[in-house]
Amino acid sequence: MAVPILKQSPYLIATIQSALSDADLLSLRDSLTEQVGRFRSRGVIVDVTALDVLDSFASRTLRDISYMVRLRGAETVIVGIQPEVAFAMVQLGVTLKDVATALDLEEGLAYLDKKKLNSGRD
Amino acid sequence: MPISTKKSSIADATSPEAGEEICVPVRSDNDLVNARHEGRRLAESLGFSSSETTLVATAISELARNIVNYALRGEIVLRRVDRHARRGITVIARDEGPGIANVKLAMQEGYSTSGGLGLGLPGVRRIMDEFEIETEPGRGTTVTVSKWRQ
Repeated sequence: MAVPILKQSPYLIATIQSALSDADLLSLRDSLTEQVGRFRSRGVIVDVTALDVLDSFASRTLRDISYMVRLRGAETVIVGIQPEVAFAMVQLGVTLKDVATALDLEEGLAYLDKKKLNSGRD
Repeated sequence: MPISTKKSSIADATSPEAGEEICVPVRSDNDLVNARHEGRRLAESLGFSSSETTLVATAISELARNIVNYALRGEIVLRRVDRHARRGITVIARDEGPGIANVKLAMQEGYSTSGGLGLGLPGVRRIMDEFEIETEPGRGTTVTVSKWRQ
């Protein structure tokens, strides 16, 4: 199932709505990386509130999204990791090093707004 | 050579009334979603907490992905177990793939032959209460893990 990506200038917001297959995750990664260029986006929010499992593959893909989007000149923030999912990730040994996270969509937007102000690109 | 990191007999663990087992065929990454879902449903029906349920679902996901990545096809078997008045879930991930040449290496944090994070097996061992792996090069791999309700 494809993840809808909403363009809310200057950001892209991808809201995952149900459990995703590996192929869906990879296609989300590629779409976001491409659309950052097409819409000249400054930031990307990936909302994982609906995900009940973030295993090592999903975590690695979120990390890859963040790195690839950064290489394209934009910032990514992952929002909505649920408490029990966070617990399982830590137990599993997943750290999401160097990946920005925020509590929810609102905090994610605030994070990107702050980044944008500090970057002096506007 | 069968190698087990923790002794546990599955035959003894399953009381007859513990009942049915759920078998989920694993042939593609789409089946992972289904296997996780079945595990979550079973864990919830046994009264596992939300955190424990998520741990079980995460372990199933890692084991099922190993099947798809290395053996292409196999199955995940989910069983309710009752032992000494404790209730738990046993997950068996079985395939007839190439087997694991070096189990010690495969159990090492950060080791991967598929470009992954190398967290799969060591991670699963950490999040489950019991862990056993039997593998034979050329014959396949069976990983049996259990989680007890707290």
